[in-house]
Amino acid sequence: MAEKTIVRVSEVTKNFDLGKIVVEVLKGIDLEIEEGKYLSIMGPSGSGKSTLFNMIGGLDKPTSGKVFIDEVDIAQLDAYELAWLRCRKIGYIFQTFNLIPVMTALENVTLPMTFAGMSNDDAVEQGMTLLKQVGLDGRHSHKPTELSGGQQQRVAVARALANSPAIVLADEPTGNLDLKTGEDIIDLLKELSSERKVTVISATHDYKMLNVSDQVIWIRDGRVEKIQERSELEIRTGGLE
Amino acid sequence: MEIVSKYFFRSEDSGDQIIFSIAGSKMSRLIALPFRKSLEIAYQSIRVRFFRSLVTTTSLVLAVAFLCYMRSSNDFAQALLNSGDINSYQILVKAGYDVSSGTDVIAASAKQRWIVTLSLLVCIVGIINAQLMSVTERFREIGTMKCLGALDRFIVRLFVLEALMQGLAGSCGGAILGVVSATISSTFTFGTSIFSSFPWVGLCYSMLLSIIVGTSLSLIGVIYPAILAARMQPVEAMRLEQ
Repeated sequence: MAEKTIVRVSEVTKNFDLGKIVVEVLKGIDLEIEEGKYLSIMGPSGSGKSTLFNMIGGLDKPTSGKVFIDEVDIAQLDAYELAWLRCRKIGYIFQTFNLIPVMTALENVTLPMTFAGMSNDDAVEQGMTLLKQVGLDGRHSHKPTELSGGQQQRVAVARALANSPAIVLADEPTGNLDLKTGEDIIDLLKELSSERKVTVISATHDYKMLNVSDQVIWIRDGRVEKIQERSELEIRTGGLE
Repeated sequence: MEIVSKYFFRSEDSGDQIIFSIAGSKMSRLIALPFRKSLEIAYQSIRVRFFRSLVTTTSLVLAVAFLCYMRSSNDFAQALLNSGDINSYQILVKAGYDVSSGTDVIAASAKQRWIVTLSLLVCIVGIINAQLMSVTERFREIGTMKCLGALDRFIVRLFVLEALMQGLAGSCGGAILGVVSATISSTFTFGTSIFSSFPWVGLCYSMLLSIIVGTSLSLIGVIYPAILAARMQPVEAMRLEQ
């Protein structure tokens, strides 16, 4: 597959104005993310990885610099276009799952499809297929509170993939899960990303993620510390274990 | 992946309007939330948070019941006056109605109007308070919806629909409560003679008016909270810990 850049981050800085002091969270980040890669953004808490993640997802605007998704500068988009981008191009997975509590698993998965204008029958059919893919066959009528953490995250994965996005953004997807369940979710993400050729970008400090990542971006103190390819990584993790 | 990039480009010459080339795709509209679906979601929200909705609605029920009670009581008094019975005049005066000789219309006294207005004002403040709580409670939910591509107006629509349903249900309940209590209390003050000239039309009109006023109050009360919810940036919602 010809390598195409799906996300390009150029000289992005972000300051948070806290009134008396201005905190520089990102101090100039340049990144190019290729299509179809499974990518992890690693770094300690407070290093700015979540902030960077929010920029890439179009959830927040940079103080300076530009973020391009599919060569479109997202700062130029109006609210309507941004909503469209979030709906069709990007799938989000959160640390706290963020399922809509009043809806069943199936309704949670079909909601983005409804926003995308899909007919109800099609959405239900596709939603069922997706739930089956993430291993939640027969749990479609359960509310989030009736599902375990791992199962909720599976629903969230299915929801993120609802409109066949080009990018899936996962903000610490395993942060609220135990070791085993976390591993299952990581495997599921990896499997789905290679199956559907989706670019997966996850912000994490979970070292389990390293084993499946094609590329790891280390962020420290608001800057990119280093970018490691998979081949370099295996040596490193091998050395650790 | 070629198709994906086709969906997404800005056309410079048409100003801010974007044109998506959707070659052979079944995606006809861009972002949509069908009305039926929003109705469903709003209904579900109320059902799931039934107790909270009940509390919100109760203040409305009471205010509307009070309004309807006042109007209905006057309807009964009016009906009694119109019946032309000689005794009725004395009964009305005894019951405290200001019927100077010659008047044939019983209108709400200034004090009555003032109390009703005050109760409606209190009610609207209560509704705004309850709706603000409900918005705060659902920050994360709203943020998630926006991450999934919901437009501001979807959020507003959901809240307005919820308020409309609560408003209608609450005002209907209040109107019925008002009429029933007015009937009972009028029976005590005026005696069974009210049933011989039962003011059907007047009561229906009072109920209708109360329902309209109640529903409007509910809608007015939700405007500010709904706008607050819709304007929220998704990232703010995500930052909040619950």
